[in-house]
Amino acid sequence: MSTVLEVNDLLTRFHTLDGVVHAVNGVSFDLKQGETLGIVGESGSGKSVTMMSLLGLIPMPPGRIEGGEALFTTDDETHDLLQMSPADLRDVRGGKIGFVFQDPISTLNPILTVGEQIAEVLTRHLDLSKQEAQARAIKLLASVGIPDPELRYDAYPFQFSGGMRQRVVIAIAIACTPDIVIADEPTTALDVTVQAQIADLFRQLRRELGVAIIWITHDLGVVAGLADRVLVMYGGRVAEIAMVDDLYENPQHPYTIGLLGALPSLESRESKRLISIRGAPPDLLIPLEHCPFAWRCDYAFDRCWEEIPHLLSVGKRHRTACFYDLEKGGPRDV
Amino acid sequence: MASRETTPKRGADSLLDVERTFWDRLAYLGRLFGRDRSGLMGAVLFLIVVVAALFAPLIAPYEPLEQNLRDAKLPPAWAEGGSRAHLFGTDNLGRDIFSRILYGTRVSLTVGFFGVLIASSLGLVFGAIAGYIGGRVDSTIMGIVNLILSLPYLLFVVVIAAILGRSLLNVILIFGITDAPIFARTTRGEVLRIRNSGYVESAVSAGARWGRIVFDHIIPNLIGPLITLGTFEMSRMIFYEAGLGFLGLSVPPSVPSWGNMLSAGRQYLTSSPWIATFPGLAIVFTSLGMNLLGDWLRDVLDPRMRRAR
Repeated sequence: MSTVLEVNDLLTRFHTLDGVVHAVNGVSFDLKQGETLGIVGESGSGKSVTMMSLLGLIPMPPGRIEGGEALFTTDDETHDLLQMSPADLRDVRGGKIGFVFQDPISTLNPILTVGEQIAEVLTRHLDLSKQEAQARAIKLLASVGIPDPELRYDAYPFQFSGGMRQRVVIAIAIACTPDIVIADEPTTALDVTVQAQIADLFRQLRRELGVAIIWITHDLGVVAGLADRVLVMYGGRVAEIAMVDDLYENPQHPYTIGLLGALPSLESRESKRLISIRGAPPDLLIPLEHCPFAWRCDYAFDRCWEEIPHLLSVGKRHRTACFYDLEKGGPRDV
Repeated sequence: MASRETTPKRGADSLLDVERTFWDRLAYLGRLFGRDRSGLMGAVLFLIVVVAALFAPLIAPYEPLEQNLRDAKLPPAWAEGGSRAHLFGTDNLGRDIFSRILYGTRVSLTVGFFGVLIASSLGLVFGAIAGYIGGRVDSTIMGIVNLILSLPYLLFVVVIAAILGRSLLNVILIFGITDAPIFARTTRGEVLRIRNSGYVESAVSAGARWGRIVFDHIIPNLIGPLITLGTFEMSRMIFYEAGLGFLGLSVPPSVPSWGNMLSAGRQYLTSSPWIATFPGLAIVFTSLGMNLLGDWLRDVLDPRMRRAR
């Protein structure tokens, strides 16, 4: 399958009054057509900033993208998103790449009907007339599982529940049949049952539209059932990237192991305490010259304090940024 | 897995299916007022003032400029020596005070309405530019705004009035320009708030251009707060217009305005107090009505407040 997005060495910094925040430090990954990539990591690990950087959505100033490339392939043409003019990038946003935000309550304008808000994207990107846009918006409402779409078209966001609103936001994101939908913690603000419904909806969309999905979350449980591949971020870097089963069964980075250990399980009979990762995430104001996880790592040795580990291949489509070989019980030979 | 649930039956159980007629909406407005008596009172007072202004020639028993020196300084109808022909009595030139107050309403409302129109338009444009573009443009505009706001208001107005001369248009322009900073400041604050809202972020992420964001998302969300502010500012302008009239800096003395009437009545305050009292009461009446209405609008136009009430 062809690659729709290839990000290499993305570098995003924020030049604030406190100093330079090293938010994203050389992130690389790729995304295949129709693939679902889960991006996990704790708050401040750079998950959202990575995605916003790609689409030119970070506030500049203070933000600045200081390096890297983001090759986006659509209609057999490849462009670097980071080099695009703001006008071209606006055509990509909402047209070729849809975005779903965390909080569906604030994402919809309270004084426009949900139909108008979907039609707005359609007329903007697809050159449809008002009637065509309305007809298509109603179909979209139906396709995201909203009953009575003709009636709901004229409803205002306050007449919708949180889950329904998120469905509307998803309808907006897929309105122009994009190649990629970026979902930034789309279920975090919702009830658990509604979370499951939204995850189902995403599965259905992937099946029906063949759209690639980037699912940003800090919930490893949701990702397990949804993603094809998972990328673990830590301190603005990629810690590990692997196929989902591989990652859960055979994690290679101590941080991933820590995250999985902190996951409550329904299977375990005896009640045991959740294991937390000791320490706190690194202060991104300080430029690091060693592994950002070294402070908190049980396996850290000399080399971890001397250089920054880069991604190493440790299996089929499985890469990790760690000097320690867990299987061998000692340093890797690289 | 079973197929998706069938769509719910259309009928009374669907909130969205309810047709809202004009009368339903009117009834809703009625309930909204019914919850807040002071708002209702404000609306009634304001409505009386508007009707008085619109239909002054039909209601007024006399021409406002018609003099009759034989009937000068007649007390109000209910006082000793009053005449039923002159409800609020007559002034020093024998002009009917009731008729003059009715016509004065026109001056006050014209000044208030057009003053607010100019001030809010200027304030909306400059406040929106400052809030939306930000940076140096913002600091320049807000610098000018703060400069104007830091000048002693009345002194400023008096100087401009003295330079421009006395006419209705000049009074409107003075209020329109000197009050614009207040609208600019409010607009800027609201624009900043809306700009950082989720729906603007989402519109940007959906590729919306700036025109769409400003006209579809920002300005419609600004209207509520600006209407509220406009009501309060209109009341303030009516107040200040009367003040200027009292100082002899508003419309020419021949025009029946409340300020001019106050000014003229001042000399007879001890002998014929009603000449100054009634225009004063008219100002209180209007100002009270508009402030109550403004309070009510502020609550109603902000949905968070509506739920709390």
